[in-house]
This record gives sequence, C-alpha cells and structure tokens, in this order.
Amino acid sequence: MEPQLSWYLALSAILFTIGVTGVIIKRNVIAMFMCIELMLNAVNLTFVAFASFFQDVTGQLFVFIVMTVAAAEAAVGLGIIIAIFRNRESLDVDDASILKL
Amino acid sequence: MENNLLSVIIFAPLAGAAINWFVGRRVRDERFIGVVACGSVAISTLVAFYLAFNSHGALRGEAPVLDHIWTWLQVGNFRADFALAMDRLSGTYALFITFVGFLIHVFAVGYMHGEAGFYRFFAFLNLFMFSMLTLVLADNFVLMFVGWEGVGLCSYLLIGYYFDRTEAGDAAKKAFITNRIGDWGFVLGIMLTFFVTGSVSFFANPAAGEAAHTALSFFKTAPVEPFTAGAIIAGGATSIAVLLFIGAAGKSAQIPLYVWLPDAMAGPTPVSALIHAATMVTAGVYMIVRCSEIFVHAPAAMFIVAIIGAATALFAATIGLAQNDIKKVLAYSTISQLGYMFLACGVGAFIAAIFHVITHAFFKALLFLGSGSVIHGMHHEQDMRRMGALKKYMPITFATMVTGWLAISGVPIFAGFFSKDEILWRTWSAPAFSLPSTGWAKFLWAVGALTALLTAIYMTRMMVMTFWGKERFRETDESKHQEPDHHHGPVEPHESPWLMTLPLIVLAVLSTVGGFIGIPYALSSVFTDRNVNVLEHTLESAVATVPPGLHAEVSSEPIGESHEPAPVPAPAETAHSHEEITAERLLAGLSVLIGLLGIGAGWYLFQRRPLMQMPRLLENKYYVDEIYDAALIRPIETGSREGLWKLVDVGAIDGLLHAIGEAVTEMGRLARYLQAGFVRGYAAIILFGALILIGLFAYLGFPGM
Repeated sequence: MEPQLSWYLALSAILFTIGVTGVIIKRNVIAMFMCIELMLNAVNLTFVAFASFFQDVTGQLFVFIVMTVAAAEAAVGLGIIIAIFRNRESLDVDDASILKL
Repeated sequence: MENNLLSVIIFAPLAGAAINWFVGRRVRDERFIGVVACGSVAISTLVAFYLAFNSHGALRGEAPVLDHIWTWLQVGNFRADFALAMDRLSGTYALFITFVGFLIHVFAVGYMHGEAGFYRFFAFLNLFMFSMLTLVLADNFVLMFVGWEGVGLCSYLLIGYYFDRTEAGDAAKKAFITNRIGDWGFVLGIMLTFFVTGSVSFFANPAAGEAAHTALSFFKTAPVEPFTAGAIIAGGATSIAVLLFIGAAGKSAQIPLYVWLPDAMAGPTPVSALIHAATMVTAGVYMIVRCSEIFVHAPAAMFIVAIIGAATALFAATIGLAQNDIKKVLAYSTISQLGYMFLACGVGAFIAAIFHVITHAFFKALLFLGSGSVIHGMHHEQDMRRMGALKKYMPITFATMVTGWLAISGVPIFAGFFSKDEILWRTWSAPAFSLPSTGWAKFLWAVGALTALLTAIYMTRMMVMTFWGKERFRETDESKHQEPDHHHGPVEPHESPWLMTLPLIVLAVLSTVGGFIGIPYALSSVFTDRNVNVLEHTLESAVATVPPGLHAEVSSEPIGESHEPAPVPAPAETAHSHEEITAERLLAGLSVLIGLLGIGAGWYLFQRRPLMQMPRLLENKYYVDEIYDAALIRPIETGSREGLWKLVDVGAIDGLLHAIGEAVTEMGRLARYLQAGFVRGYAAIILFGALILIGLFAYLGFPGM
C-alpha cells in the first residue's frame, strides 16, 4: 500500500505532541532541549510531506531554513545551558527560577 | 484733551505708600512718615484742583481731561487701557476725595501718635488714596475694577490694622468676603456690558487709538427697556444695571450686604472716617452715576435701587437709634445716608445723589474725626454710656461736632440740609419713569422723611450722651473691664492736639458752607433771580437724565405688567413752574420742621435719661448677624465640612483615586503568579495559548479561507 499524506501528518502530530509533552514535563534542561528539536523536526516532516504531495519545492526550502535556525539555536542554547550548569551545578530548570544568583 | 499731569494724582499717593513702606519702616520717625503721607496727598489735591479749574479744566470745559498711560489689555475686540479720564463727575469726586483725604491724613498723624505700626498705617492709607483715585479716574470698567478691588484690599488691611485683636481680624475678613459677593455682580456686569456694547470704555480717546464708540455712548441711542420683571433677566441694559447695582450694594453697604460696615469700625477711627464714611463706601454711588446712561435705560433696575436705598436708609436709622458705641452709631448713620444716595439714584436724581455724597463726605468725616478726637481724649473709650459732659473738657471737638450734628440733622444753612432736602424733593416729585406709579414717589418720600426724623433723633442722642449730662467716665465699672493690662482708672479727658483739631475746624466750616454749591432754584429764588445751583450746572452734562415721555414708547409693546401711557410731564429740570416752586418750598419747610422735631424729641428724651434702655431688638441690630449666621454661614460651614469635605473630597474623590490605585495593585499581585520563573510554566502557558488559538481558528475558520 502506497504511503498516504495522512500517515506522514499523523506521525508528525505524534512526534510534535511528544515534543510538547517533553518540554512541559521534563525537568532536565538537556532533555527539554532535545524535545524542542523533536518538535522542530516534526514540523520539518510536515513540510517535506506537503512538498512531495503538492509537487512544490517551497516546502523543502523551508526545511533548510528551519534546520539552519535549529543549528544556530542549538549553539546558543547549549551555551546557555553550560553557563547555567557552571553557576548552579545543576541541570534542573526549576532551580533556575530566578534571574539573580 | 490729553494731560499727563492726571497720572500724578494717582501716582503721588502710590509713591508715598512705597516710600513709607520701604523707607519709613526703617526710619521710624513719625515726622518723616507723616510728612511723606500728607505731602503726597497734598500733591494730589493741588494737581486735582489745577486740572479741574485751569482754563481748560475738567470742571470748566466740556471735554474730559484724558491721560492714556499705556495700553494694558488688547485681545481681539476687547480693549482696556491703563487710561485716566477726568470729566465733570470724576473731577468733582477727585476734588473732595483728595481734599477730605488730606485733612484725614493730617488728623491721623495726631491720632496715631505713638502707635507701633505708624509707618504701616500710613503706607496703607496712601495706598488707599491711590486705589480710590484710580477707581474714580479710570477711563474704563476694567481699570475701575482694579481701583475697586484696591480699595477693598486697603479696607481689609486697615480694618485689620490691630491684627492682634481677634475682632479686628474677623471684621476685616467679613468686609472682604461680603464685598466679594458684590464684586461677583460687578464683574458679571462688566462682562455683560462688553458682551452687549463691545466696549468697556467710558470716554473715547481716538488719539490713543481707541474706538470712537464706548460702553456708555452705546446706550445713548439704545431704546429704553420696558419696566418689567422679565427685563431683569433679558440680558440688556436692565440686567447690566442690576448686576452693577449688586456690586454697588456690596461696596456701599446696602441691604443685604451692609453687615460688614458696622464691624469695620474695628479699624482706627481715621480709617472709619476716610474709607468707611467719606470716600470708599460712596464708590457704589459713583459707579451708578457714572453708568447713569445705562440706568436711565433700565427703569426696573432703578426701581430696585430706589427700594433698596429707601429700605436701607430706614432700617439702618432704626438700628442707629439704639447703639451705645459712638462709632457704631456713626456707622449705621453712614449706611442710612448711603441709602439716601441710592434712593436718589433710583428716582433719577443723580446730581442730588452726588450732592449728598459731597456734603456727607464733609459732615460724616467731621463726625467720625470728632468721635476719634473724643475716643483719643477718653483714652480709647468708645462706649457713650461712659462719657457725658465732655463739652467742658473738649471745647473745640464739641463745637465742631455740633456743626456736623446740625448738618446731618438737616438744619438750614448747614450742608446736609440742602442735599437731603434735594433728595427728598426729587423723590416726592419723581416721575413714574422708574416707579410703578407716582404714589410710590410719595411713599418713598415718606420713608425718607421718617428716616430724616430718626436721623435727627439718634444724632441728638449721641451728642447728648457724649457732651452733655453728668460725667460718667469716673464711675469705675469693674465688671466690664477685666483685662488686667487695661489700666482703666478714672480717666481725665483732654482736648486733642492741634493736628487733630485743625482738620476738624476745616471740616466744620465745609459742613456749614458746603451746601451752598447746590442751592436749589426754589430756595435761592427767594433772594435772587439768578440760578446759583453751581453743582447742577457743573454736572448736568456729565450725568444722564431720565427721559420724559417714556411710557408712551414702552406701552406700545405690552410685556408683562403694562403701564397706562400717562400724559408726559414737562421736563422738570428746565421748567421751574410756579406750582413746583411752591411745592418745593413747602417740602423744604417740612424737612426743616422734621429735623427740628427730631432734635427736639431727642433732646427731650435723652437729656434727662441719657442711659435710657432702647428696644432690645434695635440694640441687637434686628439679630441680622445671627440670622445670617444661622441661615447662611452655618449651612455653608456644615455643608462644606460634612458634604464637600467628608463626602465629596474624602469619600468620592479620594475614594475613587484610592480605588484605582488598589485595583492596579491587586491586578499586579495576581499577574505576579504568571511570572514565577519556572520555564516549564511558561511553556505550558504557550501551549495553552496555542491551543486556544487553534481552537478559535477551528471554530471560526481561518480568516481569508
């Protein structure tokens, strides 16, 4: 059976929901970060699926942009995480609930 | 005619005030301060006489002497200049103000001797002269109002001169606040005048670039308004006249705003003489006569003026009967005489009103200064019950006071007789112009005649209690003087120094001969055929006259209470018909009889029993102060405290502000929970926000799709 568009979209929705849930319930900042990546890639999957479905290359172009932004975000985000860890000796986000030390 | 000397009249006293205030307070030399104060007023007096009587003088020529000092306010069509004008009316006023003012200044130098605030007193007194002369010589309503407020301020400062006494401070405040009510009317009157006529000037001064038409010339061509109650609120001449009269009633102490004048006697006696008898309180009369052109177009307003004037005259005279403080008697007498002047204005006898202002300035200043001399000689005792037999001790004061007494009582050849008789005659013969019928003229005359009788009685009572009878000042009355510092042993009265008696003598002479400037034709024609009424000749052109044959004009448009077109009487001023002259002579004889009867009755009643108990109702001034207190002051006080302060200010305004503040604080307290700092909380909020948006799009459809 030929894979249908709806399959891709369903998979994408599942991945996205996992990502959202992870961001909300995980305390570990690395895990949250990974869940955010999961959400981004879930969206990428919909873009690619629609691009293939409509035979339109715009969706694939968008995926590249998202990947670039995700890479930049990963660089900045990991830097922040390392800075937090150095200051607090902890990766628990709930320990970083106030701005001052 | 332009003459820059005119400004000297007002600025000389101002300079005197400044010198005394800044230099006199350091020099503290009574001679220096006295010379500066009297000298500056003397300069004003001389300049005023020069400008009035030189070959182009204001009182000799037809054109007023003008002095445009600077353009003060110019906003659109509105123009008010700092400009002075001396015409025949303001010239006459300026003459007696400066001259009587000068005499009172001289008197005050003697009276205030040894006072700690000597420099302050004379600075204020000079400032008063400046304000009063500004008021009189002003060329427009706005500058007149400046002078009007200036005299009010000086009155306040001088009533409260003894600021360490509570009653003086209270009296000063009372005078100021009562005058505010009148000023409210005056300001509205000025505004309405500008609104109706487009100008606030009295005289056109084209040389200074003023428009040719003025507030007064506008009315020359305007129709006379109907004699109805509706005209009062119609916004025309009648409304203006009524509003101006409210101002005049405040300044000139007429019912119902007279209550401040008796209390104003808390000031030093020269102040009472200058401000509260001779000059300032007659400013209301001046203003009405200055605006006579407006008033003769407003018969309903004139009727109000006449009624209030007659009522005040009688009312104050009855109170004057029962006062025991020598200055209070004179204060009520002043109110009563001012009532006469307003009665004259109300029946259209503006010249008679001015005549009475002048003679009253002479004899009332004399009486006040005489009472000041008595008070001085009695070591500041004002209660007539503790005087008596003073003629032996103070012969000059006694002799001059007798002159004033005869003048105010209306004994012939003394000044008061002619002016009072003129007013009574004009009232008797008043046309039905400003009165509903000629019967009203007879009624008002009767009120005036009764007032004249009472005047003679209470003045006789005052003279008898003060100068005749037994010496009562030696009787010590411990119950009345409990203040320990008041060393009130038996006092020995003494005659006052020449600085005080000299003005008394001059004023006594003026009170005797001052009436000769206005002898009516009916009386002078007994001796000579020439018309010797100098005052009438002088003022005729400066004062509007009641138009004859008015009601025929008015009744063509019957509004409200209509009046039958009475046959037009011949102009009374010009034609001296035989019957009229006979009637006037008869009435003059009658007023002489009334005056003598009053003196006789007073003498008979009080010679034997000078301490006779007067009716309590009169002694307590009809309880008017108490009624005002209960009816006006208490409700305002309570309403302000309970209503405006506690309810509106604290309750509503503060409450609203506090409520807004507390609402913001509360919202902030709630919003604080949103920003707890937990990253996962923010993520959840983003999630729920996204879900809500998605839900909305799903439910409503995406815009554009």
